[in-house]
Amino acid sequence: MALTLLIILNTLLVAGAVLGRGISKFICKRLLIGELSLLIISIIIFGATQLLPSDVAQAVLGRDATPERLAILREQWGLDRPITTQYLDWLGGIIRGDPGKSFVTNVQITSYLSDRVVNSLFLLLLATSISVPLSLMIGGMTARRRDSVVDGVTTNTMLVLASLPEFVVGLTLVIVFSTGLWNWLPAVVQLDAEARPWTEMKQMILPTITLVAGAVPYISRVTRISLIEVLESDYVEMARLKGAPERTVLWRHALPNALGPVLQVIALNVAYFAAGVIVVEFLFNYPGIGGAMRAGVRANDVQVVQFLAMILAGVYVVTNLLADVGTILVTPRLRTRVE
Amino acid sequence: MSAVAAPTTTTTTATIAAAPPSVMRVALRMWRTRIGVLIATGMALIAVFGRYFAPYGEQEFVGKAHQWPGELDKETLFGTGDLGYDVWSRFLYGGRPVLIAAVLATLLALVIGTLIGLLAAYDRGKLDSVVMRFMDVILSLPQVIMSLVLISIFSASAKLIVLTVGVTTVPRIARVVRGAAVSVVERDFVSAAEALGESRWRIIRSELLPNVTSPLLVEANLRLTFAIGLIAGLGFLGFVSDPGAANWGLMIDEHRGKLRGWDQPWGSVLPIIAIALLTVGTGLIADGISRASAGIDRGRAPE
Repeated sequence: MALTLLIILNTLLVAGAVLGRGISKFICKRLLIGELSLLIISIIIFGATQLLPSDVAQAVLGRDATPERLAILREQWGLDRPITTQYLDWLGGIIRGDPGKSFVTNVQITSYLSDRVVNSLFLLLLATSISVPLSLMIGGMTARRRDSVVDGVTTNTMLVLASLPEFVVGLTLVIVFSTGLWNWLPAVVQLDAEARPWTEMKQMILPTITLVAGAVPYISRVTRISLIEVLESDYVEMARLKGAPERTVLWRHALPNALGPVLQVIALNVAYFAAGVIVVEFLFNYPGIGGAMRAGVRANDVQVVQFLAMILAGVYVVTNLLADVGTILVTPRLRTRVE
Repeated sequence: MSAVAAPTTTTTTATIAAAPPSVMRVALRMWRTRIGVLIATGMALIAVFGRYFAPYGEQEFVGKAHQWPGELDKETLFGTGDLGYDVWSRFLYGGRPVLIAAVLATLLALVIGTLIGLLAAYDRGKLDSVVMRFMDVILSLPQVIMSLVLISIFSASAKLIVLTVGVTTVPRIARVVRGAAVSVVERDFVSAAEALGESRWRIIRSELLPNVTSPLLVEANLRLTFAIGLIAGLGFLGFVSDPGAANWGLMIDEHRGKLRGWDQPWGSVLPIIAIALLTVGTGLIADGISRASAGIDRGRAPE
């Protein structure tokens, strides 16, 4: 079912890339490239298992496994089949969204992960929806007061923040807000059986701020630079001369034209969240896929790890794709030059 | 070769001598660079040589676990941590695995990435587009994820960590180097060298490389900053080559339970401060150099 859909979709995309025009042609091409990237990534991720001196069965059972048990496991898991068959089988499972059971825990991987995917997505959305407007505000403010004290202090703070790894930021927040010092906020996320993250917003504060702190320096820096460039252009001068207030000039005239690079860096940072959730979720004990990734690596649960790696790489590819399309849409110059 | 290798040892004074004098000298006129060099060098010295000044051994029991200095019979600076080790000694031992791995990974990436970037820029044909496309694909797999996939298969050894962090850093450096070198390739002195019949390697080495050192230096410092964060982060997640040895990343995780209620926080606070200083230091150096080279490009030095 999923495979048939995929084939139909791809035929349409190829047709679009060959026959289409303008933006639609570009989007079709871009989608195909994204898909190709994911395919190569899947080969890298699956291929890595083949580099093992022995195989997954040996890795799971340990060194002193008897040959009989190894043989049974290999047959059960289909490890005795040719590599290409195994790969296609694995890839098919991922495309269908059903990677089967974990060899290690013998649990259906999707049922183990389904809630966690939603939880992580929520964290990601929350962090994005705070960091984007916040960065635009900071970028706009520092661009308008360029070379002032406010600009200097903000830019340097952002520079320091950008250098710090996320666990340093997260733990500093924990030290300040949830230790003996102040003890305002929970240091770890603890959800009751019925609770979901969105019902426990107080517990979301620290994990979200940690992710936001990782993204804001980059987005605000690019916003600032991009805005400064636009603010020096003739049409902004024109807008000022006709008497438009500085606020309007900044947000109405300048910002839309500065959005191209900003969209790109936003995408990069959403993609960074996809990696950042691993450390942040572990740090705050958040029940998401980042935490599951860490646990999976700990337990040598290669299948769970590979599946999650594909999901996270997918998030990255899709966000970048959206950003590329968005950049075309907000940049009139590019819209006509796509051909 | 030395020109390629030198930028990575950013935290030592070696770089300053080996780097092109102009950019580095201009950068060092700025306070941000000076502060960066000072704290990064200081932390690097502690990380590498601190162990020779440790009052107790790396795995020497000093008393009960998680005690404040005053609660112990023996003299300690910051009390005991997990398993009753001396926190200060563990701290002095724990920087080396993180810093050395990060420096090696960055070095590896610098050498390979520079080579690929320069080759691609000089070629500008099929090789260029194929190689850079492939680099883009690797870029779409975040470094932590690639590292974790490999660790889940091979378990965390020092070699594996250096290798994966290094290899996943390659495309980032290759992209920057290629970007900088593409405009150099079109300059007259490259055509002149070609007209003289100089070989491809010679042109790449003596015409292109010297002209991309500023962006390369900036990128080297940035990549070192991220490599330190990434490798310490892997340690924090519990992935270290030797779980018994002291390691700043792992140390933070081992002791963070005692942060709550401020029971005995030093075990995690010390390495947190150390990693923060180290990364901010290298970050400041990168920023200083990039400001300096931007100023030079505009025909004036900042400040």
